[in-house]
Amino acid sequence: MSKFKKKKSGELPAISTASLPDIVFMLLFFFMVATTMRETTLMVQNNLPYADQVEKLDKKDLVMYIYAGKPSQRYQSKYGTEARIQLNDKFATVRDVQKFIYAERETKREELIPYLTTALKVDVETNMGLVSDIKQELRKAEALKINYTTKTGDVSKN
Amino acid sequence: MAKRTAPEVNAGSMADIAFLLLIFFLVTTTIETDKGISRKLPPIQDENVEPPIIKQKNIFTVIVNRDNQLLVEDQPMKIKDLRAAAVKFLDNGAGVGEDACSYCQGAKDPSSSDNPTKAIISLVNDRKTEYRTYISVQNELVAAYNELRNQAAQRLYGKDYIQMENNYNDPNFRGNKETLKERLDKVKDMYPQKLSEAEPKG
Repeated sequence: MSKFKKKKSGELPAISTASLPDIVFMLLFFFMVATTMRETTLMVQNNLPYADQVEKLDKKDLVMYIYAGKPSQRYQSKYGTEARIQLNDKFATVRDVQKFIYAERETKREELIPYLTTALKVDVETNMGLVSDIKQELRKAEALKINYTTKTGDVSKN
Repeated sequence: MAKRTAPEVNAGSMADIAFLLLIFFLVTTTIETDKGISRKLPPIQDENVEPPIIKQKNIFTVIVNRDNQLLVEDQPMKIKDLRAAAVKFLDNGAGVGEDACSYCQGAKDPSSSDNPTKAIISLVNDRKTEYRTYISVQNELVAAYNELRNQAAQRLYGKDYIQMENNYNDPNFRGNKETLKERLDKVKDMYPQKLSEAEPKG
């Protein structure tokens, strides 16, 4: 019998970190899948109206966004408080809408062009004059499918 | 006394747990989609084309002024009453002979519309009208059409039109999509959306 008993398998075995990469990859994949990148930074106030007869706007790649509203607080000193159009990351005038539509069409595959929809994200306080001007330009550019993006809720909240 | 040793944590199943979580999140995350009222703009017409002659009684005029007030068929109206008024107008069905409407449930008032397929809602805005009022009006008018279509679909097929439409757009729907499409088209033909918007004045 030996006096020195062999120590029973060391003190506090190290916790295996072999699976750490798995966890990290999992998180990575999760965020990769779930994050939608906001392509545009909003430069206008965009408080959407309420409506309840809404349809879903699926297939994000087939949607072109046009924003309109008063410039946000930090742009007001530069651009004033008159409602404006925002295309991509810039303020634009009504005349740029057609060009924007053509440029967007260029980036899409030809067979998808008839399915393109224009989503109008317009602030509640905007006057219809501006919206009608946009619509008129869209008609000229033959982008006839439009969608007034709204929040879901009763109209009495408007 | 020998020091008690902590048993080793078995990390072999960690990867399984990780994958389980990954799959769970993949399945449950829905990326937020936008919703809104879909409309189709009319194509630009030739200046020379004569506009078709439409009987005055088949037109339902909605005028919104710069103070966001409504004038419906020359009567001031609140937005909450618009839906009912539009339904009443569309479903009137006063027509006789060729214009007769066999499925209308309305009052058959001779001074109102002949047939839902003839009835046109004309919306006139002022340039100063607020967008929120415009959307409210649009919403109520679309709601009026949807209400009538729901009723018709309920009578014919025992199902809401909206429900049928959702089924049709649902890729997981296990039913005959072709008959569904036919039925949808039939209901749509009964109550076609004829919503005309004039260029705003002012």
